[in-house]
Amino acid sequence: MTPAKVTTGAMAAVAELPPFLPFYLGALLVALAPARPQWLRPALTVLTPLLGAANLLTIPAGAHLNMELLGYELNPLRADRLSNLFGYLFHLAAFIGAIYAWHARARGQQAAALLYAGSALGAVFAGDLLTLFVFWEMLAVSSVFLIVGRRSERAMQSGMRYLVVQVLSGVLLFAGAALLARGGGLTFTAMRLDSAGALLVFTAFGIKCAFPLLHNWLTDAYPEATPSGAVFLSAFSTKVAVYALARGFPGVELLIYIGVVMACFPIFYAVIENDLRRVLAYSIINQVGFMVVGIGIGSELAVNGAVSHAFSHVLYKSLLMMSMGAVLYRTGRMNGSDLGGLYKCMPKTTLLCIVGAASISAFPLFSGFVSKSMVMSAALGEGYGWVWLALLFASAGVFHHAGIKIPFFAFFAHDSGIRCKEAPPHMLLAMVIAAALCVGIGCWPWTLYQLLPFAVDYAPFDATHVVAQLQLLFFSALAFVWLKLSGIYPPELPSVNLDADFVYRKLGPAALKKITALVQTADRALRRRALAATCTLIQTTRRLHDDAAPASGDVTGKMMAAALVVFCAALVFYYLV
Amino acid sequence: MKSRDKEHFFDRPRNVKRMLRVFYAVCAGLLTADFLFHRHVVHAFEAVPGFYALFGLAACVVLVLAAKEMRKILMRGEDYYEGGGDDAGESDDGGDGGRG
Repeated sequence: MTPAKVTTGAMAAVAELPPFLPFYLGALLVALAPARPQWLRPALTVLTPLLGAANLLTIPAGAHLNMELLGYELNPLRADRLSNLFGYLFHLAAFIGAIYAWHARARGQQAAALLYAGSALGAVFAGDLLTLFVFWEMLAVSSVFLIVGRRSERAMQSGMRYLVVQVLSGVLLFAGAALLARGGGLTFTAMRLDSAGALLVFTAFGIKCAFPLLHNWLTDAYPEATPSGAVFLSAFSTKVAVYALARGFPGVELLIYIGVVMACFPIFYAVIENDLRRVLAYSIINQVGFMVVGIGIGSELAVNGAVSHAFSHVLYKSLLMMSMGAVLYRTGRMNGSDLGGLYKCMPKTTLLCIVGAASISAFPLFSGFVSKSMVMSAALGEGYGWVWLALLFASAGVFHHAGIKIPFFAFFAHDSGIRCKEAPPHMLLAMVIAAALCVGIGCWPWTLYQLLPFAVDYAPFDATHVVAQLQLLFFSALAFVWLKLSGIYPPELPSVNLDADFVYRKLGPAALKKITALVQTADRALRRRALAATCTLIQTTRRLHDDAAPASGDVTGKMMAAALVVFCAALVFYYLV
Repeated sequence: MKSRDKEHFFDRPRNVKRMLRVFYAVCAGLLTADFLFHRHVVHAFEAVPGFYALFGLAACVVLVLAAKEMRKILMRGEDYYEGGGDDAGESDDGGDGGRG
C-alpha cells in the first residue's frame, strides 16, 4: 500500500477528527473494557456520543480532509450543511439509544451499536464513493449483531438474510463506484441516472432505502432484533440511504413515484400485521417514502422537507420503538393479539408512546407536522396534484396504524390481564429525552429549520394548514372508532402476511428443490444410459476379438478385455456409490 | 392478582362513553370550522367544504376494508416460514423478555 498523503482543508486546524473516529474508538474501548464495575461499559457507550458531539461542533461546514490513495483522491471528511445536520441527528440518536440500552450486558451488542452509529457518521461525512462504500459495508456488518443478539433461531436466520441483502447493496455500490471512477473521479456529488454506474449506485441506495420489492430485509429483521437493537436500527440505516439519495440524486423524478409507492403500500400491511414492532417497521418505509418524494421533487422546499422529516422521523420513530421495546422487555410479548390494557401498569410508557404516536401522525405542535407538511406543500406547489393526494392518503394511513393502532392494541383495547412493572428508569429517561425533542421541534420548528441545507421561507402554523390537518386526523380517528364499534375492524391475529420476501424465503427454496430433483433424475438416467452403452461396447469388442484373434496367447487382446472389465466395474461401482 | 387490581379509568364504560362524546363534539366542531373562515387553497379539491374531513374518513375506511380483503390472500400461519405446519404453539421465541 502506498503511503497516504493527507491534507486538511478549510481554515480550521487538524485537531478535528472525522466524526466516525470517536465512535470507533469508543467501540474499541467498550470491547476491551472489563466487565466490572457493571456500569463501566454502559457509561462508555453513553459518553461516546457526547465526546463525538463535542468534536462535531468544532467542524465547520466546508471543512474537508483529503488523502491520496493509489492515485485516487479520497475524502474521509467532507462537512457541509447537509452532512452536519445528519451528523447532529445521529449523535442524538446514538445518545438516546445508549441511555436506553443501559441494562444491556452483552459486550458485543454495546460495541456493535457504537460501531454502527460510527459507520452511519462515516457514510454521511464521506466525500467520495469509495469511503462511502467502506462505511456502507461497515453499517451492514456491525448492525447484524443487534439482530442476532436476540439469540433466537428466528433472529439468527433473519439476521443472515439481512446481512446477505445489505452486503449485496454494498457490492452494487462498489461496482457502480468502479464504473463511475473510469468516467470521472470518485467524488460523491449529485449524479444523473444516465450511466450504468449511476444506475448501480442508485440501486444500492434503493436497497438500503427499502424501495418497494427491495424492502423486506427491513420488515423481516428489525422486529427480530433485541429491544435496544431495534432502536438503533430504526435510526440509522434507512436514514443514511435518505442522505445518500439527497446528496446523489436530488430532483430525479423517478424518486417521486417510488416514494409514493413506499408511502402507500406499507400501510395496508401495517393494518393487518400482528407484531407491533413489525407494524413500526412498515411505517418506517411509509415515512421514508415521504422523504424520497421530497428528494425526487428536488426543489429547495422539498429537499428541506425531506431532510427535516428525516430528522423528526428518527426521534419519534426511536421513541415508538423504545416504548414497544419496553413492553417487550417487561412482558416478553410483542403481538397485538397478546397485549392490551398495559396502561394500567405502564402509564408512563403509555404517555410517552402517545407522544411518539402524535408526532408520527403529524399532529400540530408535534415534530412530524412541521417537517412532513413541507414535503406536502412542495408536491402541491410544484403541480404534482395526484402525488399530493396519495401522500394525503398515506398521512391518514400512518395515523391509523402508527398513531392509533400501536398505542391502542398495546396499552388499551381489551385487558390482556398482564400486570408487569413500569419500564426501568433508564428506558424512561431515554424516552423522555426523545419525547421532549419531538414536542420541542413541533413547537419551535425554527430551531430545526435554521440547520437545514437551504434557507427556509415556510410558515407551518397557518390556520388553513392546521385546521386541514386536524380535520384529516380526527376524521381518520372517527373511521377507526366506527369500524371498531361496528366490529368491522379486523382483529389482531397471530399470523404471517406474505410480502415480497415470499420470493426468496419460499418460492426460491421450493424452486431450487424442484430443480435439484429434476437434475438428479436426469443425471441418473444419463448414467444408466452410459452404463448400458459401455456394456454393449464391451460385448461388441469381445465378440470382434473372439472372431478376429485366433491366437489364444494374444496378450494385448486379453489385456484390453481386462482393462475394459475393470473400467466397467469402476463405472458400476461409481454408479452404486 | 387481578382481583386486587384497582379499577382503572377505562374499566368503566361510562368513562369510555364520555370520552367518545367529547371526541364526536371535536369532530363536529372541526367540520363546522370549514364554513367559519376563509381558507386559501392550492388544489381544486381543497375548495370542497369538508374535503379533508371526508377524505380522512373515506381513506381510513377504504384502507381497512382493503387490508381486510388482503388478509384472505396473504395471511398464513404464524410459523409459515419455519415450515412447521402443526406446531401451533406460541412461537414467540423472544419469550423471556428477549433482554438485549
